[in-house]
Amino acid sequence: MNLVVGALIFWVSAWILNAKLADSALAETRAIKLLVPVIFGLTIIGIWELLVRGLNVPMVILPPPSLVIETASQNLEILWKDLVQTFIKGAFRGYVLGCLSAILVGILLERFEFLRLGLMPVASFMAALPIVGTAPILVMWFGFGWQSKAAVVVVMVFFPMLINTVAGLRESSQIQNDLMRTYAANNWQAFFKLRFPAAMPFIFNGLKISTTLALIGAIVAEFFGSPTVGMGFRISTSVGRLALDMVWAEIVVAAVVGSLFYGIIVIIEKGVTFWHPSQRG
Amino acid sequence: MRSVVSICVVVGALIFVWYLAAVSLNSTWALDKAKRAGAEIGTIELILDTWSQEKPKLPAPHQVASELWKTTVEKKITSKRSLIFHSWITLSSTLVGFLIGTSLGILLAIGIVHNNAMNMSVMPWAIASQTIPILAIAPMIIVVLNSIGVQGLLPKAIISSYLCFFPVVVGMVKGLRSPDKIDTDLLQTYNATNAQKFWKLRLPTSMPFLFASLKVGISASLVGAIVGELPTGAVRGLGARLLAGSYYGQTIQIWSALIMAAIVAAALVGILALLQKLMLKRMGMT
Repeated sequence: MNLVVGALIFWVSAWILNAKLADSALAETRAIKLLVPVIFGLTIIGIWELLVRGLNVPMVILPPPSLVIETASQNLEILWKDLVQTFIKGAFRGYVLGCLSAILVGILLERFEFLRLGLMPVASFMAALPIVGTAPILVMWFGFGWQSKAAVVVVMVFFPMLINTVAGLRESSQIQNDLMRTYAANNWQAFFKLRFPAAMPFIFNGLKISTTLALIGAIVAEFFGSPTVGMGFRISTSVGRLALDMVWAEIVVAAVVGSLFYGIIVIIEKGVTFWHPSQRG
Repeated sequence: MRSVVSICVVVGALIFVWYLAAVSLNSTWALDKAKRAGAEIGTIELILDTWSQEKPKLPAPHQVASELWKTTVEKKITSKRSLIFHSWITLSSTLVGFLIGTSLGILLAIGIVHNNAMNMSVMPWAIASQTIPILAIAPMIIVVLNSIGVQGLLPKAIISSYLCFFPVVVGMVKGLRSPDKIDTDLLQTYNATNAQKFWKLRLPTSMPFLFASLKVGISASLVGAIVGELPTGAVRGLGARLLAGSYYGQTIQIWSALIMAAIVAAALVGILALLQKLMLKRMGMT
């Protein structure tokens, strides 16, 4: 009971602290902007820990964060192997393959008006579909190894990426194209010096959306069959034997890797599209 | 007109490629079968065989179409083999989850827009949550809720709702903040209260953003409901059809469930797009 009251007091005081910080004169500084969400996150974890312990919530429903961390640190090797199998072998290879092929197809579509008119409605239709559903088919075709996971990821990232690439390549304005003509630029020069760089903000938008899709695709595909290693495999088998601390450990790994992957793409984007208004802040 | 022609050409070409792929993927099995029977088969027979196998690697379009026809029109809706029955199971939890997720999302967005502390603490997490493969939690939620006695529609609806929750929050916050400075200043000069500002300015201007995020949200909800059906051991619903099909190698069943899911998704997004068009027109925003 004491722990529950403690959780309440902890929550209220953290909230008051955050409210004070958010309304203070320093609210616009970078440190405070970072500190406030961190305090909020720590509050949630703190309340979770205290409530789970205070109310004696059984481990099979919700393990306390401390137990998750303990399990994770004891099983670092398993977690690492799962990560290599699912992320590096499956998700990342599929991501690179899917994004590259979508960009190439996008460039092709930009050259051929007829193809673009026909394929783009089909592509935007496909992008709205539950593509994850192709996972059982691809697992059947490519076997239980990482190849089938990469294939699911390719299919999942392809359409959002294609739509963004095509939209980006049409972004350069008439006046810019005319300028290229006055320079007597040939088609390739105009492409590499104007249209392709101009498409970069859109392409990176697609790349950012695709990072999450890639991880989801690889994990969900493992629910349909996998070797005895991999994050999706570990999640489904650990759920089966109610080892929820292990499940949460995998989820934490997935969250951290997903955010890092996204963060890396954002950093590359900052370097490549430094000229874009959204980056000059 | 021209785009209609090119769409037809492209779709036609895709179906043609599909038939060709069916020939090349299924021919090994057809050849093996002929070899075991000790018979020689000609090219025409081989091709026809690859388009009519019972468990092909890739079913031909007409096989999927006839399976769809058989399981939707010719079966009673209440039958367990009717695809409409399974679609309804998935659709109902999608819709319930979508309703819960969007209402909570809109409420949180209102809170974020009106409360500075909430904005600073919750918003970064709402944005960060989009980089996390949140779908991975789905099996756990199903099993945990199952162990405390909650079964059926609700666990799937919860997965659907948290999948569409974050896109709605992020979109709505953007939308509720979209009124121009000049408009908010005008309401200031009218001495409008916060509630009046909300109902007369912020909410109406946020509508295009709301619909954009609703469209994202409903497809996310559908994916959530389908994935949510996987860990329960595949009893009913489109996800269950997918899983059962993959256990027993019933490829035609997988493909027809997949096409059905596509039709449901397209219909849901289409309805929202129509609503958006009507509503924005009525509001004079298009």
